[in-house]
Amino acid sequence: MAAETSGSGDTFPKLLRANAAKLGDLPASREKEYGIWQSWTWAEVHEETRALALGLMELGLKPGERMAIIGTNRPHLYWSMTAAQMVGAIPVPIYHDGVAEEMQYVLEHAEVAFVVAEDQEQVDKMLSIQDRLPGLRHVIYSDPRGLRKYDHTTLHPYDEVQKLGRDNEAEHGAAMDQTIDATTGPDTCVMLYTSGTTGQPKGVVLSHDNLLVMARSAAEFDGLKSTDSAIAYLPMAWVGDFIFSMGQSYVTGMCVACPESQDTLMHDMREIGPTYFFAPPRMFEGLLTNLTIRMEDAGRTKKWLFDTFIAHAKAVSAKRKAGEEPSGMDRFKLWLGEMLVYGPLKNTLGMNRIRVGYTAGEAVGADLFEFYRSIGINLKQLYGQTEASVFITQHPHDAVELETVGVPTPGVEIKIADSGEVFYRSPGVFKEYYKNPQATAETKDAEGWVATGDAGFMDERSGQLRILDRAKDVGKLANGALFAPKYIENKLKFFPNIFEAVVFGHERESCVAFLNIDLNAVGNWAERNNVAYASYMDLASHPEVLKTMRAHVEETNASLAEDPMLSACQITRFLVLHKQLDADDGELTRTQKVRRKTIDEKYADLIEALYSGAEKASTTTEVTYEDGRKGSISATLKLNDANTFASKQAAA
Amino acid sequence: MSNHPVAEAAKDDIEYAHQEIDHGIQPRAIGKTVMEMKNITLRFGGVTALEDISFDIREGEIRAIIGPNGAGKSSMLNVINGFYHPQEGEVWFHGKKRGPMKPHQIAKQGIARTFQNIALFKGMSTLDNIMSGRLTKMHTNVFWQAIWSGPAEREEVEHRRRCEEIIDFLEIQAIRKTPVGRLPYGLQKRVELGRALAAEPSLLLLDEPMAGMNVEEKEDMCRFILDVNDEFGTTIALIEHDMGVVMDIADRVVVLDYGKKIGDDVPDVVRADQNVIDAYLGVPHD
Repeated sequence: MAAETSGSGDTFPKLLRANAAKLGDLPASREKEYGIWQSWTWAEVHEETRALALGLMELGLKPGERMAIIGTNRPHLYWSMTAAQMVGAIPVPIYHDGVAEEMQYVLEHAEVAFVVAEDQEQVDKMLSIQDRLPGLRHVIYSDPRGLRKYDHTTLHPYDEVQKLGRDNEAEHGAAMDQTIDATTGPDTCVMLYTSGTTGQPKGVVLSHDNLLVMARSAAEFDGLKSTDSAIAYLPMAWVGDFIFSMGQSYVTGMCVACPESQDTLMHDMREIGPTYFFAPPRMFEGLLTNLTIRMEDAGRTKKWLFDTFIAHAKAVSAKRKAGEEPSGMDRFKLWLGEMLVYGPLKNTLGMNRIRVGYTAGEAVGADLFEFYRSIGINLKQLYGQTEASVFITQHPHDAVELETVGVPTPGVEIKIADSGEVFYRSPGVFKEYYKNPQATAETKDAEGWVATGDAGFMDERSGQLRILDRAKDVGKLANGALFAPKYIENKLKFFPNIFEAVVFGHERESCVAFLNIDLNAVGNWAERNNVAYASYMDLASHPEVLKTMRAHVEETNASLAEDPMLSACQITRFLVLHKQLDADDGELTRTQKVRRKTIDEKYADLIEALYSGAEKASTTTEVTYEDGRKGSISATLKLNDANTFASKQAAA
Repeated sequence: MSNHPVAEAAKDDIEYAHQEIDHGIQPRAIGKTVMEMKNITLRFGGVTALEDISFDIREGEIRAIIGPNGAGKSSMLNVINGFYHPQEGEVWFHGKKRGPMKPHQIAKQGIARTFQNIALFKGMSTLDNIMSGRLTKMHTNVFWQAIWSGPAEREEVEHRRRCEEIIDFLEIQAIRKTPVGRLPYGLQKRVELGRALAAEPSLLLLDEPMAGMNVEEKEDMCRFILDVNDEFGTTIALIEHDMGVVMDIADRVVVLDYGKKIGDDVPDVVRADQNVIDAYLGVPHD
C-alpha cells in the first residue's frame, strides 16, 4: 500500500524529513525551465526547504505568524509553504491573478507578516498596497527579473534568504528542529481562502491532521504509489491543489511536476505523462472542443477513422453499462482502435499514462464524460469542499456513473437533511473560519456536522451520492414549479458553442437565459464559413450565430420537457451577451463559477427587457482590464424568442 | 516596510544617491558616451533626409529619437547601424571614428536592431529565429558544423542555453516551436526583440517597437525594454512616435523634424518645448 513506501509523520515538515531519509533519491519536484525539465529529489527538496526556513527564521518570522504565498505553480513556492511550517508559521497561499485590492483584503484579514511572491508582477502588487498593510515586514521573491533596482531594505531574493539560512544552520538548526518536533497533527497547517461565491472570502483553517488523514485516506482508496506522478497547474490557493500537489505527494512520495508556463501546459503534460490527474470539467471540455475543431479541419481519412472508432468505443461502453460483455469482434475493433486512434489521441493529450483521473466542481456532460472514459481514461468524479479538506465522496474504480459523485471517502459520514441539503462529518473537517466564529458556528455544528450548501440525495440503486444544485439557488417559478438554474445552465453549456450560460426564473412566470459564445468554437465556424467579424461583440451578434444559439436553446428545452421535475423550466427568451463574463469584473469567481447576485444586479436592465417582451435592448457595461483600470462598452442586443415543448408527463 | 526614496524629497542628487544605496538600490549606471554623431548630413539625390545632426548616446541609457512622420528617424537609425553612409559628418563609436563599414561588420561590434516592418524568417520557428541572432557569435567552421560533434556541439549547446534564457526572459516559452509566420503581430515583435538580444549587443536599436500594438501589448513591450536595460545593462536607442511611451521610458530624447534636430533633452523639458509642440501639432502658416 502507498503509505508503507513513504515516510511517516503527522505534520508536513516531519513527513518531508522522513521522505528525505527514506526516498532520498526519488524525484519529488520537477519544473520545466529553459526548455529542460529540472528535477529535485526528496533529499534535495528537504535541504532547499530547510535552508529557506532557517533564512525566514533569521529574518524574524515567528511561530504562529502568517506568511502569504503568491504566484503560479512553482516548486520554490511549494517549498516555501513547508518552510513556513518548519518555523511554526502558517502559510497562506493566495490567488495570484487577483488585482492588488482583492489581495489586500486577504492579506489584511490574515495579518500577514511575510510574503513570498513569484515575480515582479506580484512584488509590484505588494508595493502598491504596502502602506495599507502595517503588519507586512518582508517580501521575498523567486524570480529576480526587473527587480534589481527595487528598494531592497525589506525585499529579498529567494536564494539570498536560503543562503542566509545555510549560513545559520549551525546556530539555529537545533532550535528549528525543536519547533518541528513540537508541532503535532492538531496544529494549524495552512489557511486557505475560499473563492467567495458570496461576499468576502473566508479563511479556512486546516490542521495537519485534517489534510494528511484525508490525503492518505484518498490515496489508499485509489492506490497511489511513490512512482506516480502528477502535474501541478491549478491555483495554489485552491484546496485541491494543496491536497494533490502537497498532501498526497508528501503522503505517497509521488513526484509533482510544474509546467513551464500556463500556456505550455498541454505540451508539458505530453512530456511528463502524469499518472494522477485532476482537471475541472471546463478543462476537459476545452480539450474536447479543441479536438473537435481540429478534427473538422483534418483530412477525410483521418476524420473517418476518428468518427468510426470513437463511435465504436462509445457503443462498447454503452454495452458494458447495460451489463453485456463485448463480443470478440468488438474487442478486436477496440484493439485496432487503440492502435490507430485512442492510443495516439491519448498520447497527444498527454493522458496515455493516467491511472486515476478526477474531475469535480461542476456537473459533467454525458458526452464529455463518456468520450474520455470510452477511449480508456479512468476519469472519475469526486465531490469535495475546502472545509472538508477536499474529499467528501469519490467514485470507486469499478462503479463510475455520470449522474452521481461516488461513495463517501473512507472516514467520511454523510447525512441528508429534510430540506435536501447534504451534511458530512469527517477527520478532514476544518478547525474554523479565521476570526469568524459566527460563520464557523453556522457551518459546523457541535457534533462536527458540516453543511455543504448543496441539495442532493443518496441514489438508492447505486448507493452513491447525487448532487442537484446549490441549495440556495434552487428556487421556485411563480407557478410553484421547481427551478434549478445550474442544472439547466449545465445542459446549455454542454454545447461546444456555448461558453457560459446564466438562467433566471426564480419567482417569475418563465425562464430566460443569458448566453456567452465560445470564441474558439464559434470563431472556427466563422472562419470555415467565411463569416467576417471584427470583435467578440460583432461575432456574438451575428444573425447566423443567434440562429445556432436558438437551436441549442430549443434542443435544451426539448430535453427538459422529458424531465418530469423540470419541464416547467424551459427557456422562453434568451440573449447572447456582448462580453464574456469575467472574474475581473466580479461576474465569475476566480474558480470560474457564476456569481449570480452580481449578474442579477449588473444586468438588471437586460433581464427586465427580456421579460418585457421587447425586441432589442441597449446597455452599457463597465469592464475591468487586467491592470485594474476600468472602461465601459455599450451595445444594442437582440432579444430572441425560443420555442418550448409540451411536458411529456402532461401529455401522458 | 520602509518607503522608497523619492528624488523630490532629497536635498540634492548626492543625498538621493546615498539614500538609494542605503536602500540597496544600485543607481542607474549612465556612463560615458558610447556613440557620438557629429554633424551628420544625409542626402538622397536632391532630398536632404538629415541635416547637420549631432547628438550622443551614453552607456546604459535609453535614448529615444522621436519626430513626426518623415522626420528622418529611420534614416538616423540606418546611419547608426551603418546601412546608410552620410555624405557629411562623423560617427564615433567607443571613442573611435568609424570608417566606412558594412552592416555585418557593425553587427560584430555589438550593435543589434529590430525593424519597423518585422524582418523575421517566417517559415522558421521562434527558437530558430532567435538562434539566427547568435550568428555573429558562432566560431566553429563549416567542417565542424557539418560533422556536429566536439566543438560545434559544445558551441551549439551554449548558444541554445543563451537562447532559452532569452525565451524565458521574454516569456515566449509557449511559442518556442511555432513557425513565426503563424504568430500574431505583437508576438512577432517580441521574437524580433529576442533575436536582437541573442547577439548580446552593447547597443540595441529599436525601430518603432510599439507600432501597431494595442495598449496591453505596448505596456508589455515597455516592460521588456526597461527590463533589458536593467538586467543586461544594454544601451538602447529607440524610435517611436507614441509620445506617451517615450516620455515614460526614455532617459533623454532627440526630436527630429524635416531632417533637422529641434530638441535634445530629458523628457520633461522636451515635452514643454514650444518647437516640439509645434512640430507635432502643427502651427498655422500665414
